[in-house]
Amino acid sequence: MSEVRYTDQHEWVRIDGDEATVGITKYAAEQLGDVVYVELPEAGRKVGQGGEAAVVESVKAASEVYAPVGGEVSAANDALSAEPARVNADPEGDGWFFKLKGLNRSEFAKLMTRAQYDEFVKGL
Amino acid sequence: MTDTHQDLRRTPLHALHLELGAKMVPFAGYEMPVQYPAGILKEHLHTRASAGLFDVSHMGQAFLSGTDPAGALERLTPADVRGLKDGMQRYGLLLNDRGTIIDDFMFTKLAGETDLYLVVNGATKEGDFRYISEKLKGIATLTPRPDRALLALQGPKAGDVLEKISPGIGRLVFMQVTRAEVAGAPAIVSRSGYTGEDGFEISLDGRDAERVARALLADPAVLPIGLGARDSLRLEAGLCLYGHDIDETTDPVEANLVWSIGKRRKEARDFPAAQKIMDEIAGGVARKRVGILPDGKAPAREGTEIADKNGRIIGRITSGGFGPSANRPVAMGYIDSRFAKDGTEIDLIVRGKAMPARVAPMPFVPHRYKRG
Repeated sequence: MSEVRYTDQHEWVRIDGDEATVGITKYAAEQLGDVVYVELPEAGRKVGQGGEAAVVESVKAASEVYAPVGGEVSAANDALSAEPARVNADPEGDGWFFKLKGLNRSEFAKLMTRAQYDEFVKGL
Repeated sequence: MTDTHQDLRRTPLHALHLELGAKMVPFAGYEMPVQYPAGILKEHLHTRASAGLFDVSHMGQAFLSGTDPAGALERLTPADVRGLKDGMQRYGLLLNDRGTIIDDFMFTKLAGETDLYLVVNGATKEGDFRYISEKLKGIATLTPRPDRALLALQGPKAGDVLEKISPGIGRLVFMQVTRAEVAGAPAIVSRSGYTGEDGFEISLDGRDAERVARALLADPAVLPIGLGARDSLRLEAGLCLYGHDIDETTDPVEANLVWSIGKRRKEARDFPAAQKIMDEIAGGVARKRVGILPDGKAPAREGTEIADKNGRIIGRITSGGFGPSANRPVAMGYIDSRFAKDGTEIDLIVRGKAMPARVAPMPFVPHRYKRG
């Protein structure tokens, strides 16, 4: 079973086996508006928890995407480069940004659950 | 975007914006719609394909009266005000005594009227009005009109849409202005705008604004458009945003706005800092405002540094982002004049990395004004 957790920077991270998939939440995508550009990390790059891993730009502004957990980038969703609008169409599915390996599980366990994240967004 | 909202002013269309689902943001001291549910991208593209309605009531409207308001205004701007014909509008720069730009504005001579009608930027209007009043004390009187709202209807279908509720208005061509009734409300209508498209600006009593806006929005060709798309539309059109592309540190020559200086004014050299500005026209300036096209897909935002191919900083982006109609990033900025030629290869320093770009002619999307 995969498990999904959330950050207060509005990233989601899903762990399947020994790999984590990262993207931005539906809330974040709605706040950003139409995404026109994404900059993705290269495979092999090591990122620490909370480190800058990707950039997402809407017509309005540029935002960083931070690594919810530390690890090594194992893949990037290159389809986003050709079709950045996927981030808006399916932020928590098809619009994923990158995958990480070599994870620190204790970092994952401290992130928000869906219920906690929904509560967090309600308070914004 | 917190509780400072309570200090912000509201336009007469505030309730309508909320009803339409607008996201409101502080802008020029007002609570203004940055986008509606359609979103900036769709709003932008809709304006270029059909017609968009903008609330620009935050802008400063005023009348300048006196025995010779045109002669008076020429003390503060290098534009040819005296030569403006009845029923016409023109773009001008409000200059301080050093010849740098206090604001850019539109001035209008309504047919058969002696007063000049002025529209200045919202964020600068109080300062502008104070400056104009003080400088022209004893020769002209400025009367701000905060009671008036301003709507802009822009896009290729704007003419057909407005004609339905203001019969005969389609006779106007670019930069012509007339008093007319719009949905029965008395208005000053100009065929102009800030998008590069054909379109109109409609000045009317604030009390009539919501009814007229609803009449325009009732047309299926019209969508409400927020400030977000207004900015991307004007950037593609190569038009300056005051406070970003021009300000009191830039002058008309650096800003590449010499076309707004009247020929007669150049000959007479009778405008603020005329000697300095004429010397610059003849001898050149150290930096110039130019268009910039990044080679890649990453937008370069305001503040991005421009470097030459050896890594030396030679300028800065003053407006930049993604151009939805150009379907690529577009920008403008100031650059060392030796690099200002179209096609010059430069780098933009985005997030610490040098991204290749080129100096490019503006507009990025051709203007489609209805000329006579």
